[in-house]
Amino acid sequence: MAEISLGRALNRALHDALDGDPDVLVYGEDVGALGGVFRVTDGLTATFGEDRCFDSPLAEAGIVGTAIGIAMYGQRPVVEMQFDAFALPAFEQVVSHVAKMRNRTRGRVELPLVIRIPYGGGIGAVEHHADSSEAYFAHTPGLRVVTPATPADGYSMLREAIECPDPVVFLEPKRRYWATADIELPVRTEPMDRAVVRRPGTDVTLIAYGPMVATALEAAEAGQREGRDIEVIDLRSLSPFDEETVTESVRRTGRAVVVHEASTFGGYGAEVAARVTEQCFHYLEAPVLRVGGLDIPYPPPKLESYHLPNADRILDAIDRLQWESEWVPGGTGGQPPLHQTGVGA
Amino acid sequence: MKRTDELAGSAPPLPSQEPIRLVDPQGHRVGEAEYLTPEPGTLLALLRAMIIGRRFDRQASALARQGRLAVYPSSHGQEACQVGGVLALADDDWLFPTYRDCVSLVTRGVDPVEVLTLLRGDWHSGYDPEPHRCAPQCTPLATNASHAVGLTYAARRKGQDAAALVLMGDGATSEGDAHEAYNFAAVWNTPVVFLIQNNRWAISVPVDKQTAAPTLAHKAIGYGMRGYNVDGNDAAAVHAVVSHALAEARAGGGPAIVEAQTYRLDPHTNSDDPQRYRDDAEVEYWKARDPLTRLEALLRGEGLLDDAEVERMSAEGERLAADVRERLSGPDRLTPEELFSHVYSTAPAMLRRQRQELLDEMRKG
Ligand SMILES: Cc1ncc(C[n+]2csc(CCOP(=O)(O)OP(=O)(O)O)c2C)c(N)n1
Repeated sequence: MAEISLGRALNRALHDALDGDPDVLVYGEDVGALGGVFRVTDGLTATFGEDRCFDSPLAEAGIVGTAIGIAMYGQRPVVEMQFDAFALPAFEQVVSHVAKMRNRTRGRVELPLVIRIPYGGGIGAVEHHADSSEAYFAHTPGLRVVTPATPADGYSMLREAIECPDPVVFLEPKRRYWATADIELPVRTEPMDRAVVRRPGTDVTLIAYGPMVATALEAAEAGQREGRDIEVIDLRSLSPFDEETVTESVRRTGRAVVVHEASTFGGYGAEVAARVTEQCFHYLEAPVLRVGGLDIPYPPPKLESYHLPNADRILDAIDRLQWESEWVPGGTGGQPPLHQTGVGA
Repeated sequence: MKRTDELAGSAPPLPSQEPIRLVDPQGHRVGEAEYLTPEPGTLLALLRAMIIGRRFDRQASALARQGRLAVYPSSHGQEACQVGGVLALADDDWLFPTYRDCVSLVTRGVDPVEVLTLLRGDWHSGYDPEPHRCAPQCTPLATNASHAVGLTYAARRKGQDAAALVLMGDGATSEGDAHEAYNFAAVWNTPVVFLIQNNRWAISVPVDKQTAAPTLAHKAIGYGMRGYNVDGNDAAAVHAVVSHALAEARAGGGPAIVEAQTYRLDPHTNSDDPQRYRDDAEVEYWKARDPLTRLEALLRGEGLLDDAEVERMSAEGERLAADVRERLSGPDRLTPEELFSHVYSTAPAMLRRQRQELLDEMRKG
């Protein structure tokens, strides 16, 4: 066992994938000599040569567009978008071609490509370096959208994404790149399209993914001290959505809170809340709540803590689930906080 | 890093302002030392494919008028580009066509009914790309150009020398995706020829509102690749120049832009009204430069073609048109349950459920 960070685990996954299959290629902006701005591709060019890991022209649509052609020819490109907001020039290629090629061609052409995107905030970065774009991708049929929250999943899910015959948008929670775990690599965790229960509990289900899993676990720990037995689910795959694991949990606990960093309005949490309500309505003791980022453009770094959900906000939301009748609609003095919606008031 | 003056020597030449032409509008050869006029056999093949292609195009337009196709973007008048480009390809090469390039697909050997699937509206692409090495027809402008770059890059990694021909319109060259594809192709030195069919109009917008460049072929210079300006109604010239560019690219000379000067004689699609933006005189001018009559005149003039042969080619076109008509008559054969089959390699639970719901709904009627 060794202390391994998410960033290193991803690096090792790329290394092992390149080593195991000559058709795997890694390219993007600054991924060669520099090893990527987050060093996820560190050392790959030195080990495997410029033919396998290389710097491309600085053009995201071109990176994804060429990856489409490479995948059409049966190879397996893994491309890096440097930061979330800079994947947007490639958005048309992703939505109009990556997601649709299999369907357009009646399954005759598959695109086994992976688009790695460091996403989310919490690292004190300036404008356009901290967005969460998962809802845009998850809304697009034909894409698999996954996000690991732990080093072990980082390794395992990236290997699986590269082996997957479908295109995968692989969202890397950049604030967790340096989070470590004591693990032995290589490792294979649960299949990438399955959600997992990170912490069992009986009173309420917290549904989180990517950067918010750690925050939800933190909230669960703190809640434990207050006498709450909180279950935490790590979705891992945003699309397809693992309804089974989530439904089973919420039917058992009767209460659910979805947590994500992205702005709440029209966000991925709305989809989860709607699905949970549809599947678990008769088991629910309270409305499904969302704790998400504020509905504002991502704030400047010195103000980002006001935007990002933290353990306190999650615990506040849990309090609002009419726990032992301690919360009465309208009884807490005024409006629910901005970051919480769906409260039956 | 090379110094500027050293680089100057290796820069590709500027494309000519006058289009490269091998056959004039009256059907006479014009001297052009650099590009070999295709052999008689190739010239006959070009004419045959244009005659069949035009007949197919006329048939498809008629089917659109009858409501049998959802829409049809005609390439009437542009046959020399589509046929000249495609017949320059080797079997292992790939074609990346757009919605307007049905004739190129028919020329490549794709089943004409499958070519019309997109426009008929029962699926997005009707053919299997692999056997004829034709990517699906692309509707968003210029987005498939970078796919061709990636594909040829991958082929070269495998030690295979497949080249690609990307068809695009003059309007499409204004898109950012076109720029990125040109640049990637040049930097990666992949064997791609971008054949721009400059048919003067992007729906209603004339080419002089798309670009301030002297010709679209000039764009190549900025990317460090070769640009050719060719008479797009001269099938012999298009074929010769595309063949030349493909050969250079395969030999490691890098990609190229070939701009073909042509004209869209029909409306943009059957639902467009060109009266609003262009005048009849312009159309008449281009009609007089018809690519079919030009090549036919050359071949007849040189004793390479007689009435019987033209008759035979036309009959082939008629058979193809009749076959398309026949196979597109009758009720639609739609397969709604297939809507869920090709979204992912294995359908997730959610899609399996929706499929069942749709089947139940259909059963209830
Ligand atoms: C990205 C994009 N923008 C707009 C359109 C709508 N559109 C379809 S064809 C067309 C004009 C294209 O002109 P050109 O590239 O010259 O090709 P042509 O149709 O003349 O062959 C436009 C604007 C589109 N298909 N894709």
